[in-house]
Amino acid sequence: MSKTTAKKMLFILSKATLENVYAAFVMANGARMEGIESEIFFTFFGLEAIQKKKLEHLHVATVGNPAMHMPTMLGGLPGVEALASKMMKKEMEKLDMPPVGEFLEILSDSGCRLWACKLAMDMFHLDKDDLIDEIEDVITIGQFYDRANTDNTHIVFV
Amino acid sequence: METTIAGREIHVNEEGYLTDFNQWDKEIGEQLANKEGIILTPRHWEVITYVQEKFKKEEPLSIRGIKNSGVINIKEFYSLFPGGPLKKATLIAGIPKPKSCI
Repeated sequence: MSKTTAKKMLFILSKATLENVYAAFVMANGARMEGIESEIFFTFFGLEAIQKKKLEHLHVATVGNPAMHMPTMLGGLPGVEALASKMMKKEMEKLDMPPVGEFLEILSDSGCRLWACKLAMDMFHLDKDDLIDEIEDVITIGQFYDRANTDNTHIVFV
Repeated sequence: METTIAGREIHVNEEGYLTDFNQWDKEIGEQLANKEGIILTPRHWEVITYVQEKFKKEEPLSIRGIKNSGVINIKEFYSLFPGGPLKKATLIAGIPKPKSCI
């Protein structure tokens, strides 16, 4: 039915701004919905998206983001980032986009495998207990490359 | 375009989705499922009925909607319709493929 030749999509999520996290999640979920395997490797700031205490408090970047059409000085004022994030979350809710925590559950239930980066975990002094239960394991980048074990695997860096 | 399903002329699009839901019945559904390698069980029919009801009410389908449907959870959904569950369930149900990215 589907014409794609992609068999597996591997995503590396290295940022924790809402727009990046959702981009990775929508692409990973979209792959599963098309019958393509998908996995996400969370590294550096991407780890914020899978920490129990932090994942519901992610923000959109209002500074250094010309597409926000907001002067950088204004974007840096207290509360502006929180307000912009609130507005974006409201718009996403209208489109039936789940909040980060629920999205992770959906991904996991859909068969998208989720991994945390060992080096970044060590750097931020994090423990597996800090992460949501859906994270399968803490692995190295080498082990993640090992997941590219079939033809037509693509690796996407976010 | 037209194709023959269960001995009848049925209108479908280039991906095989029925273009006229009125032409659908359970026999057509079974034939479409067989072509996808799926043998329909009572659980499949519950899901098919659910997506058809959403279609009749003109409500969009999404994976989150399936999760909150109370009919089925996502894990079982994927196991009943392997390889793109929403695409396959809507194909068998005789309704259009969902256009949503989520």
